[in-house]
Amino acid sequence: MTIQQVFFLAVAAITLFAAVMVVSTRRIMHAALWLILALFGVAVSFALLETGFFAVVQVVVYIGAIAILIIFAVMLTRQVFLDVGPQLNRGWWIPAVLVAGLYAALVGVLSTWSGFQTQAAALPEAASDLSQFGLALVDVNAYAVPFEVASVLLLGALVGAIFVASDRKGVER
Amino acid sequence: METPAFTPAMFLAVLPELGLLVLAGLVLFADILLRRRRERDLGLLTFGGLLLVAGLTLVFSRPNLVPELVFGGMLRMDWATYVFRLVFLIGAAISVLFTMDSDRRIRGGAFYLLVIVSTLGMNLMAASADLIMLYLAIETTSIPLYVLSGALVRDQKSTEAGIKYMLFGAFTSALMLYGFSLLYGFTGTTQMYALKDMFDTGAIPTAALVLVALLILIGFSFKISAVPFHFWAPDVYEGAPTPVAGYLSTASKAAGFAVLLRFLAVVFPDLYPSWLLVAILAVSSMIAGNVLAMTQKNIKRLLAYSSIAQAGYMLIGVAAGTELGYTSSIFYLISYLVTNLAAFGIVVIVGRTVGSDEIASYAGLSRRSPGLALALMVALLSLGGVPPFAGFIGKLFVFAAAVQADMIWLALVGIVNAVFALYYYLVVLKVVWLNRSENEEEKIPVTRPWALAVVVCVAGMLLLGTLFAPWYQWAMQAATAF
Repeated sequence: MTIQQVFFLAVAAITLFAAVMVVSTRRIMHAALWLILALFGVAVSFALLETGFFAVVQVVVYIGAIAILIIFAVMLTRQVFLDVGPQLNRGWWIPAVLVAGLYAALVGVLSTWSGFQTQAAALPEAASDLSQFGLALVDVNAYAVPFEVASVLLLGALVGAIFVASDRKGVER
Repeated sequence: METPAFTPAMFLAVLPELGLLVLAGLVLFADILLRRRRERDLGLLTFGGLLLVAGLTLVFSRPNLVPELVFGGMLRMDWATYVFRLVFLIGAAISVLFTMDSDRRIRGGAFYLLVIVSTLGMNLMAASADLIMLYLAIETTSIPLYVLSGALVRDQKSTEAGIKYMLFGAFTSALMLYGFSLLYGFTGTTQMYALKDMFDTGAIPTAALVLVALLILIGFSFKISAVPFHFWAPDVYEGAPTPVAGYLSTASKAAGFAVLLRFLAVVFPDLYPSWLLVAILAVSSMIAGNVLAMTQKNIKRLLAYSSIAQAGYMLIGVAAGTELGYTSSIFYLISYLVTNLAAFGIVVIVGRTVGSDEIASYAGLSRRSPGLALALMVALLSLGGVPPFAGFIGKLFVFAAAVQADMIWLALVGIVNAVFALYYYLVVLKVVWLNRSENEEEKIPVTRPWALAVVVCVAGMLLLGTLFAPWYQWAMQAATAF
């Protein structure tokens, strides 16, 4: 096992633990902080894959903007920061068994694939050239359409968010 | 398949999407500019715009006989795209008609804009030929639909519907995305039409491909509400505003089938033996949907379980995996679109006056509004598969497809289910036609947009059930184009 693999396993363990804490902690503010740790773990994973740009984007956008926004939203909206009530219902073990089975099956099957043992090849120098990435996003022969659709999606999400949120302050019509 | 370089003519391939985008902008501006009487005008604008886009699509976006990939292989211009686009646009237009005059709380520019954006997403779902494009299209469809289901923000059930739909959607979409990323990891490409060839060269174990197919199938099964990924459907249909529930159960389901058919036909044709999974989904959907529908007291829940069962019938055609199978599924989808839209539309109209969606409150409907009672009878009989309505021809073709593909057992299960399903449709009709109520003199008002929508749907059911040849031809051209 190389040092990189050990490092990856450690990061993955921390990321997963933080992600579990996000959904299991009862204090919503703690959940937001755990979320930052989980997102940071993802950023480190990107860095391990030699995609520095995405690591930076992950930190700047997800931690710097989104997670902070969540914290602000929590502070501005919720009166009670403590979640009460049961977190599990009686049937919780059914999905747990199913998901564990799916995971075991995936790992078992993937380990028979030749690519499973392959070491990651070093990326060529040109791979870190961001102008290629930028050009591909606006190239009609590449990703221009998905890029535009992403903006339509964001427009829809934006209008939807306003639609859901704005009714509360209006009087009952 | 070669992807030709960009030419300006390719803009015709995204003409419906461009049109919808312009319409979305117009609706937003009209919402600000038309202060007075705007509710109705906005609905008319959206309806007219959707019809116009459908007309433009019909004339200008007609694909060539040879399908082609456009925009660097992101989208595919073929008959399947064409037919499904028209299905979504017409479904959206009829849903908008039912939305008008329905509930004061769900009108306004934002509501119509969300309908338009999700229709745009569905169009792209049908056209996508690339995993990245497909995923974005699915999210563009889903996110507005989550909001639309929770549109009655002050109503607990509607809010619950929105949240439940979103949580289920996010979960299944994550599993599907995992499947997509494994596909990319195996092959190094996201182009759907290149994936199959890469499977052969990449020496990927078949078991791995089956598992990946299973992950992706989970995502699609959620969209079409097949058992066991159906748990959201009854609660969401019950809580969501009724026109939205109608839209969810028809256009959104059709979009799920569009990607399911394309994916199975293009990416996983070599896994045909494990398509048995689809047959299992079909059987479980039919049985669970029909059994659970029998005990429902609320008509929206009844229609929800019935729509789960209907997804099962459509899956029979998919499971057959033949040309006739695909054709029958697509034809079934078209006939189901007009049928279920009519059923939900009548629930909108009756619910507006009666104020309840309980089946018991439909007593005396035949005297309060004979026209509506007749339309409801046509819709429910069509859902039950009685000639001469659309649902009968649809069922006939899917069962024929199962027999042709040597899956006689599947056809038998389908037929037995169809017979049992007729029972609960007839129970509703009994309440409508035979049960008396005290306020039979009170008429149920039907506004002009509603009347138009109901007439169009009923005409569609009769047309598809009698003169089905041209529509069958369309479905066949779509089925052979994948």
